Amino acid sequence: MSDRRREGPRALLPSERPVRFLTDGGAPARSRPAYPEPGPELLRRAYRHMVVGRRFDAQATALTKQGRLAVYPSSKGQEACQVGAVLALQEGDWLFPTYRDSVALVTKGIDPVEVLSLLRGDAHCGYDPYRHQVAPQCTPLATQTIHAAGLAYAERRKGTGRIALVCVGDGATSEGDFHEALNFAAVFKAPVVFLVQNNQYAISVPLERQTAAPALAYKGVGYGVHSEQVDGNDAVAVLAVLSAAAEHARSGKGPFLVEAHTYRMEPHTNADDATRYREEKETERWRRRDPIARLEAYLRRRGHLTDEDVAAVNAEAEEFAARVRAELNEDPRVAPLELFDHVYGTLTPQLAEQREVLEAELQAEEALR
Amino acid sequence: MTTISMAQALNAALRDALEDDERVLVFGEDVGPLGGVFRITDGLTAKFGEDRCFDTPLAESGIVGFAVGMAMGGFRPVVEMQFDAFAYPAFEQIASHVAKMRNRTRGRVTLPMVIRIPYGGGIGGVEHHSDSSEAYYAHTPGLKVVTPATVDDAYSLLREAIADPDPVIFLEPKKLYWTKAPVTLPVRTEPFGRAVVRRPGGDATMIAYGPAVPVALEAAEAAAEEGWDLEVIDLRTIVPFDDATVTASVRRTGRCVVVAEAAGFAGVGAEIAARVQERCFHSLLAPVLRVTGLDVPYPPPMLEHRHLPDVDRILDALDRLQRDDRPDVRYLPKAGAA
Repeated sequence: MSDRRREGPRALLPSERPVRFLTDGGAPARSRPAYPEPGPELLRRAYRHMVVGRRFDAQATALTKQGRLAVYPSSKGQEACQVGAVLALQEGDWLFPTYRDSVALVTKGIDPVEVLSLLRGDAHCGYDPYRHQVAPQCTPLATQTIHAAGLAYAERRKGTGRIALVCVGDGATSEGDFHEALNFAAVFKAPVVFLVQNNQYAISVPLERQTAAPALAYKGVGYGVHSEQVDGNDAVAVLAVLSAAAEHARSGKGPFLVEAHTYRMEPHTNADDATRYREEKETERWRRRDPIARLEAYLRRRGHLTDEDVAAVNAEAEEFAARVRAELNEDPRVAPLELFDHVYGTLTPQLAEQREVLEAELQAEEALR
Repeated sequence: MTTISMAQALNAALRDALEDDERVLVFGEDVGPLGGVFRITDGLTAKFGEDRCFDTPLAESGIVGFAVGMAMGGFRPVVEMQFDAFAYPAFEQIASHVAKMRNRTRGRVTLPMVIRIPYGGGIGGVEHHSDSSEAYYAHTPGLKVVTPATVDDAYSLLREAIADPDPVIFLEPKKLYWTKAPVTLPVRTEPFGRAVVRRPGGDATMIAYGPAVPVALEAAEAAAEEGWDLEVIDLRTIVPFDDATVTASVRRTGRCVVVAEAAGFAGVGAEIAARVQERCFHSLLAPVLRVTGLDVPYPPPMLEHRHLPDVDRILDALDRLQRDDRPDVRYLPKAGAA
């Protein structure tokens, strides 16, 4: 390992300005990025998932107001990042999401009720990670980045050609595990893509209190990690850059760090009050860069999207939301004795005793009914 | 049968596990060509190559988190934390992920991995090299916590830890690394969750684990000269805990002393004492006593002998076992005694 040739730092550096294909209004940007533009079919798929994802997100937010979800951290405004992350992956690739990436999970095809189990409160993780190649949504910050590096290294060791993509927010880049993960991934050439969705706020703390770096993407170079920054509300750019990053990882060149500049349109969660720390003017500025509106304008301009297409996608989104609403309005079944099932592979004698106690309590309750 | 040290037994266990299962990997700080600061991984990189036993960057959270990912990917990582107190940066990974992955995923993702931690004092280590950190792990559901006290058990428990479907915190009493015993490898002793009576006796039960076991045995020998016939139990695994063996012994002897190196307050010794009271109250002839380290940060090397439980402190505790705590009652005879 000591004789490994290292690349000069310039090769690792991100573009000085975020890569963008589209203007804020969805017109083609004046200068062409160095990345190939994704084809129209991929962009149409992205559009569809973004529209469905946003509708899902609105439905989930509404369900918190009805008390059906304990809490919901909204993805609104970050659809290009979350959908782009999933569409840049191939069959078998792994996704390591945070609690804010529910739209990514829905895009990945996980049942929305299983996605929302965590936030409804009936289970910590409602889906089977191995079935979907999606790790449990991570609530501690950045801890899953190092899991993604380890799993990607395992895939490399097994020669499967699979990669991992891990999502974090801007706040998580201050956590030690983020740095340890970049470092491990680089040293072991783990095929992992780090996607930082820089939505400008860690709950209430703005980016300038999080870092003095020129951009979060510059955090890769110190670890020998190829890095890029992208306009996170430009779905074309996000897909172009993440596809290149995934290809980089898959081809054995090691990890890749992408910072996507985006914005959290909603408060941190339904329990937060964003008016205490940010101006409506700022949110309004970002509203004009809405990722769905931009992509729609671009696809229409290029003739890849018609009124009928848009209507069909909206109808699909409504149907999806109706299903989520109906299913989440059912009371979930929880099985108290399952508390003991998955602590260890086999029950310890102590847990067996406690299980008997709980079972007796349940029987006593049942007898009173 | 050959005579080997505990360190050599641990080394042999790793070697045999690497030999038997290609999913087993050993990694951590200095575990490669150097063979670890205590030489527990000596020769493994040379024998199995640096794909199987390798050095990592110096970052404990990274090491444990990387192992989580590799275990999710089908490997069986055995990682080394260089010293007890240097494992603390990994605590979030251990408490939030290693311990909980099976539970969070309802048994779909399991983490067969071992975190080896040389622990405890008694070797004159400078600051941050002598902590008894077992309570942190034992208090975290989802972890198995294992600590050998004999050369046989070092081999057998480590092999079992590597084969176990759950994550295991494997605490190696560093002051016992150089203790020797004749063994025939591969030896298999009792399984996890089974304590062992190291010395049978009828007057009182001493319960110990890891580095405190030889101290308890030595105290039992000394006490024999004073007429005490002491039973010594080696827990071997703190989690799962063997209530059955402990309870049977204390119900028979009626007296119990728990010996542990760690600070006593809210420690594993306190848990053992509580369990014994709960289960053996009507057989007890004296309060359950603890002989533990002081409730102070681990002392500098020149003072560590003032901190660690020793034979004298155990004998003092035994003295207290004989008395009723009412000043007018001098001695409470054992139940059934003539």
